[in-house]
This record gives sequence, structure tokens and C-alpha cells, in this order.
Amino acid sequence: MTREVLIAGFGGQGVLAMGRTLTEAGLKEGYNVTWVPSYGPEMRGGTANCSVVISTEPIGSPVVAQPTELIAMNGPSLARFEPLVDAGGLVLVNSSQVENPACRADVRCYLVPCMEEAGKLGNFKVANMIMLGAYIQATNALKLDTLKEMLATVFTGPKAHLVALNIKALEVGASYVKEG
Amino acid sequence: MSMQKELWKGNEAIAEAAIRAGCQAYFGYPITPQNEIPEYMSRRMPQAGGVFVQAESEIAAINMVYGASAVGVRAMTSSSSPGISLKQEGISYLVGANLPAVIVNMMRGGPGLGTIQPGQADYFQATRSPGHGDGHMIVLAPASIQEAVDLMWDAFALADQYLTPVMVLADGMIGQMMEPISWKRDQPLPEVDKPWAADGRDGDGKTHFVTSLRLKSADNERFVQDLAQRYRQIQENEVRYEATDCENAEIIIAAFGTTARIASTAVRQLRADGVKAGLFRPITVWPYPDQALRQLVLQDSVKAVLTVEMNLGQMHEDVRLAVRGDKPTPFYGRTGGMVPEPRDIARAAQEALQEVSE
Repeated sequence: MTREVLIAGFGGQGVLAMGRTLTEAGLKEGYNVTWVPSYGPEMRGGTANCSVVISTEPIGSPVVAQPTELIAMNGPSLARFEPLVDAGGLVLVNSSQVENPACRADVRCYLVPCMEEAGKLGNFKVANMIMLGAYIQATNALKLDTLKEMLATVFTGPKAHLVALNIKALEVGASYVKEG
Repeated sequence: MSMQKELWKGNEAIAEAAIRAGCQAYFGYPITPQNEIPEYMSRRMPQAGGVFVQAESEIAAINMVYGASAVGVRAMTSSSSPGISLKQEGISYLVGANLPAVIVNMMRGGPGLGTIQPGQADYFQATRSPGHGDGHMIVLAPASIQEAVDLMWDAFALADQYLTPVMVLADGMIGQMMEPISWKRDQPLPEVDKPWAADGRDGDGKTHFVTSLRLKSADNERFVQDLAQRYRQIQENEVRYEATDCENAEIIIAAFGTTARIASTAVRQLRADGVKAGLFRPITVWPYPDQALRQLVLQDSVKAVLTVEMNLGQMHEDVRLAVRGDKPTPFYGRTGGMVPEPRDIARAAQEALQEVSE
């Protein structure tokens, strides 16, 4: 099993953090994992993306050229990267940031209004966790519980209250896939 | 010893490994894509009781390494391609003064300022001559973060053993990516007696003078011949490589560093398509594992050796020197900061095989 995930959006959406969380969770479940951020001029222009590979095999190329799964957090990312996705692959779209979101006919596609849902939870910063919840639900790549356990070790002390919020965010995201 | 896997970013892992291996002083100057090394060092080195200096330039940093090393301190610097060019004079002085040092080069696409994306076009610079004069340095080329971490111990040990600068030659990909590692070697290297160090007379009455200046040409020739003798020892004893699936292969792909790991995916794809492909990966690119490569290439089964690099064909020259025209030696490369994809490498291998069968 090899999952090649491309996560893209603009700076501040937690794109790189989402990828790192996914990578760390993959490691916790015993997979081989790699994470490569975009660090080029595009990053300085305000867009951000990262490649995550989760595999039962040793990972050769850490660069995702043909994603099996794309997480597009905004319109430009969807337009740019969706054509690269493997036929039969998965595309998750943050529909809050994409006008008239639509996917290719030959991919599995879910629209997740991350910003609206994050707003309802009272914290826009959890938009990425909402999307991550949707990703986990759509792929079964990893266990939601693994992420929940990780959150408890990431947010401690004065930040401990964020554990419940982030778990809620994961669950809200997952629900969009169940209903989809 | 902790064998638990931890997720580390390449640059930070290399910096941490240097400290754990016993590096006492780091001198550097910022340049992408290796900035996390000085950033990490600035935070951790003081905690570890070592010295961190952000120098005013790359040239200053390498000369600070010279100074620290001359007084017996384990010292290192890091940079990326344009910054390494600036350090070349200082590296030549380290060679000329028999000084141990470790230099990390997170290569980016050149020439000039080029790009900040991964490249391997400093191969000639690293392996042919680290600066002016008759000199070499040991050059280690990791293909994963784990290997980069492990090699930091070797880099400092080899530098001390052979009194030479050692370069860890990686690229922006290794620097920027994250990958699980375990700390296999958690003990610092033992202290090494350095009776030549200019650390005060210490009662022995002899002046310790560390210099690369020998005005009498006969003296200088003797020094260079001593160097040559040491280089022969290094070539005999320190060659490292990894050969995967090369036994009875019909095509061997030769690649180092990031390109080698990408090529390993291509080898798997080729094997799945019924092509007997193998991967030859030098870990030391100086000294080059030419005899090992030559032996594998001379197998009857081998029809061609495809060199793959992120440059216009630099290690390709070492491959051709090893093969000496006995087998075809095609080349596939991307350059200027572009990273090859596994399918491109697989296609190049298929084409190479097609060409030799015609």
C-alpha cells in the first residue's frame, strides 16, 4: 500500500501542519512516511503545498508527482493539481474557498466547507483539522483514534482545552464523508 | 540508546546529529535550503556547551572553522552551493594545514545564485578539488535523513583520523523533507589526542604552528606527496557504496543521494515490468567506489549502465572512468533545480536497453 498525498492551499491555512500531522500519525501506526514542503518562490508568493507519502514499502521518491489523493484548500490549488491526480483517486475540496467547486468525473470527490464549519466551532484555525477528519474518513488510511491520541500529546498545559475542539473538528470533517 | 522512531526534518536532524557526535563549534551564514541548520544550532549549541557563531559571511565562517580546528576543537560549517563556492579558499587552507573539519553542502540548482530547489551540480566541485591546489576531501553523499544522521559521526571521525576536511554532500530535498529516524549512535565520538593543536605550549616547549604556507617548494612538494599517500590510504580503506539488485542485472542505474532514492522507485517499477534493473549507489563519492562498480558492470548480464543525476552529467565521468568503455554508459539528468520522477528514470532505462539491442 502506498498513498501519495498532495496537500495544497495558501499560507495560513495550516496546509503544512496538516501534512505533518498526517505524517506523524502514519509513523505512529508503523508505516514508512515522508513529508516534503514546498519551500520555493511559490511559498513566498503566498501558496503552500506539501507532499506526504505513507507506505508499507520503503519510500523511494518523496516527491508526489501523481497524487493518489489531493487535498485542495483553495481554488488555485484545485485547478493546478487536480489534473495530476491518478484516475480513480481521491479529491477533497475545501468548498468554502472554491467558487462553483466541481471535480473530474473519474475521481472520488468530496466537498467539505471547512471555513463555515470551523466558524461554527468558533475557531477558524481548525479548518485544516476538519479537512483531515474528512481525509481519514474517506481513505481509512489511518485510524481517527491515532490522531485523537496525538492531539492529547500536542496540546498540553494551557492549551489542553484545544484537544476537545480539535477532536470535534476531526469528527465534523468525517461526517461530510459519511453523508457524501 | 534509543531506537524509537522519531520524525525529523533533514536539516535539523543533521544539526542534532553533529552535536550528539561531539561537534563543539558551529560557524555559519544563512542560505536556503539549509537555514534550519544554523537556526537549530543557534538554539541547541549553547545548551550543549558548544559555540555557535553566525559569521558575517561564508568566508568568515569557514575561516572560523579553520581557527577552531587549529586549536583542536571539533568544528563544522554548512551552506548551500553559492555559499560553498565562497568557502572554497578556506577549504583549500584546511587541506593545506592538515586540519579536520566537517562541511555540509545542501546543494541547490546552479550555476550562480540559480534556484533554491534541489540540485547535484556541485559534484565536480566537491570531488575533483575542494579548492585550489592538489587536494581532496572525503565526500559522503546520504540518500536519506537516517543515513545523513549516521554519517555525521563518520564525518567527524574520518576528519580526525585523516586530518582532512570531510564534506557531507546532500541537497535541498534531504534538507527540507521529514522522515522517521532512530538515534542508532547516541554516544559522542571519543576525544582525539591532537598534539599538533595550537592550544598553548602546555609545557612541552615546542611552538605549535598551524599553517598552509611552505615557502620552500621542496618542502611543499613533500607535504603534497604526504597528502597523496594519505589519499591512497583513504581510497583503499574508506570506499562505501550500496548495490541493490545488481547481481545478474541487465541494466544498472548509478545514482547518488536524493536521485538514488528516486531511482530505487524506478528500479521497482522496472522489475515489475520484467526488466532486470539494479541500483548502484556510491555513499562516498570521493573516494569513488570505481572497482566495485566495475566488477558489477563486467557481469555478462549487464547491457548498460545508466547514470542519473540532478546535473548535466558529473558523476557520469566517474562511472565512465570505472567502466572504461567496456559497456555502454548512457546518461539521464535533470538540472537547474528540477527533480527527476521515477517514471522518467524508468523510461530512460528502457530507452537505453532498446538502444543497445538495436
